[in-house]
Amino acid sequence: MTHHIKAILWKQMLDTLKNKTIMIQFVMFPVMTVIMENTIELQNMPEHFFANLFAIMYVGMAPLTSIAAIIAEEKEKNTLRVLQMSNVKGGEYLLGNLIYIFIMCMLGSLVIGLAGGYTGKTLLTFMAIMAVGHLISAILGAAIGVISKNQMSATSLTVPVMMIFSFLPMLSMFNETIAKVAKVVYSQQLHLLLQDIRHPELSVQCVTVLSVNSLVILAVFIFAYRKVFARSK
Amino acid sequence: MAHAIFVKDLEHSFGAKKVLKKISLEAEEGEIIGMLGPSGAGKTTLINILTGQLVPGGGTCQVFGKDCRHYESKDYEKLGIMMDSFGLYERMSCFDNLKFYQMLDGKSVDEIDGVLAQVGLMESKKTLASNLSKGMRNRLAFARTILRNPKLLFLDEPTSGLDPMTTEAIHEMILAQKKKGATVFLTTHNMYEAQKLCDHIVLLNEGEIVESGRPEDICRRYNHQKKIRLHLANGEDVELQQEAQAGEKIAEYLAEGVLETIHSTEPNLETVFMELTGKGLK
Repeated sequence: MTHHIKAILWKQMLDTLKNKTIMIQFVMFPVMTVIMENTIELQNMPEHFFANLFAIMYVGMAPLTSIAAIIAEEKEKNTLRVLQMSNVKGGEYLLGNLIYIFIMCMLGSLVIGLAGGYTGKTLLTFMAIMAVGHLISAILGAAIGVISKNQMSATSLTVPVMMIFSFLPMLSMFNETIAKVAKVVYSQQLHLLLQDIRHPELSVQCVTVLSVNSLVILAVFIFAYRKVFARSK
Repeated sequence: MAHAIFVKDLEHSFGAKKVLKKISLEAEEGEIIGMLGPSGAGKTTLINILTGQLVPGGGTCQVFGKDCRHYESKDYEKLGIMMDSFGLYERMSCFDNLKFYQMLDGKSVDEIDGVLAQVGLMESKKTLASNLSKGMRNRLAFARTILRNPKLLFLDEPTSGLDPMTTEAIHEMILAQKKKGATVFLTTHNMYEAQKLCDHIVLLNEGEIVESGRPEDICRRYNHQKKIRLHLANGEDVELQQEAQAGEKIAEYLAEGVLETIHSTEPNLETVFMELTGKGLK
C-alpha cells in the first residue's frame, strides 16, 4: 500500500508541475497575499486583513477545485480505469491525491501566514485552522471529482460550491444577513477563528458547524466513492 | 492444459438491448484467441466483463479459475490490459509513464529501457505522451501492458487505425509475448490480423457466436466450391474440381512447363462471416 501512495504522490508532483490549471490554484492566493500585504495599507485595516481574507478563499477554492479537476481528468482520460486494473485500490488512489493536495495547500498556507506577519504560536494556530479547512474542502472536492464524468462536469459542479465556501466569508464582512447565513458553513467558522487568532475559542456553534459540515461532506464522499469504486476491492 | 479463460452461457444487456447472448468459449494457456466481429458485435463488452470492469447479467466467466465478478486487486497482477483508449499521462514522458507503473508494482526502473527499445520508442524516451503520434501512443500503451510480464493479455483492437508498419510491429510484439508463454485475448475486425496471429478464432455477431475454431479449419469448413485455381504462363486461369482427374491435369501442365501458380478456392474469414451473417466485418 505504501509504495502505491508513494508512486501516486510522485506522479502527481511531476504531472502538476506541468499542469498550469492546477498550479495556478496552489500559487494564486499565496502570491496575491504577498503582494497585497506588502503594497496596500488602508486606514483602520484590521491586523492580518489580507492574509485572513485570502486564506479563507484559499481554503474554499484551492483544495476543492484542484482535487476535483485531477480526479475528473483521470476519469475522462481513462487513466483511472488503467490504475484500477493495475492493482491500485480506489482508497489508495484517493488517499495519495488527498495527501498531495493537502501538502501543497499547506505549503501555500505557510506562505500566506508568513506574508500576513504570523509568527510563533499564532502561525501554528493559523496553520492548524488552515489544515482543518483544507481537509474538509479536499474531501468535498474529491467527492465532486469522483461523481463527475469529465472535467467539464467537474467544473460546473465545483464553481457554485467553491463560490459558497470561498466568497460567503468575504461577503459576510459587508452584509449582516449574509453573515448570519454564512455561519452554517465551515469556511465562515474558520474565518471567525482567524479573526480572533490570538485568543481562538472553539465555541459550541463553531464545533457543531464544523462537525456537521464534516459529517455531511464525508457522507457525500462515501456515497460517491461506493458508487464509482464499488468494483475496486 | 489449464483454461486461462472459461466462459459459459455468458449474457449481458444494456437496458433492453441484449449485447451478449449465452456466449461460451475457452482459451488455453499460451494460445492467442481472437474475437472477430464488426463494431457493435459485443467484443469490447466481453473484454470489459473478463477484466472485471463490467458485471455480467448472467452465466459463468472465469480467468485462471477466478470468477471475474470477484476480482481482487492482486488478481490484476497476472493481467495486462490494453483498451481502445490508451490511458496515458499526457504531461509525462514515455519513460515517466512507465516508471509510474513500475513504482506502483514496487519494481525497479531498470527494465524500462529494454521494453522501450522493444517497442521502438527508445529515441522518444523523454518525449511527452501528448507529443506522440497515434502509433507511438499505441506502442507506449503496449509497452506498459507487457512491462509487468502478464500471464494473460487483453488487447482491444490493438492495431485499429494504425499504419501498416506499426501494425506489423505490434503483431511481432504480440507473437513475442506468446513465445514467452503468455495467453493473448484480442478483439479485432481485421480478418488478416486474426488469421495471422490467432490459434483460435471466435466469430461474433450481434452478441452471438456464429462460428469458432482454428482459422484454417473454419475456412476449410466453408470451402463449398472445392476447386483448385491454376494460373498458366499464357495468362489463362483454369479452375479444376478437387478430384482425381485434377491431379492428372496439373501433372500435364507441369510437364508442359506452363503452370505458374496453384491456389485453393477456400474462402477467407470475411467471406465465411458474410455467409453466416449476411454482412461484412467492418
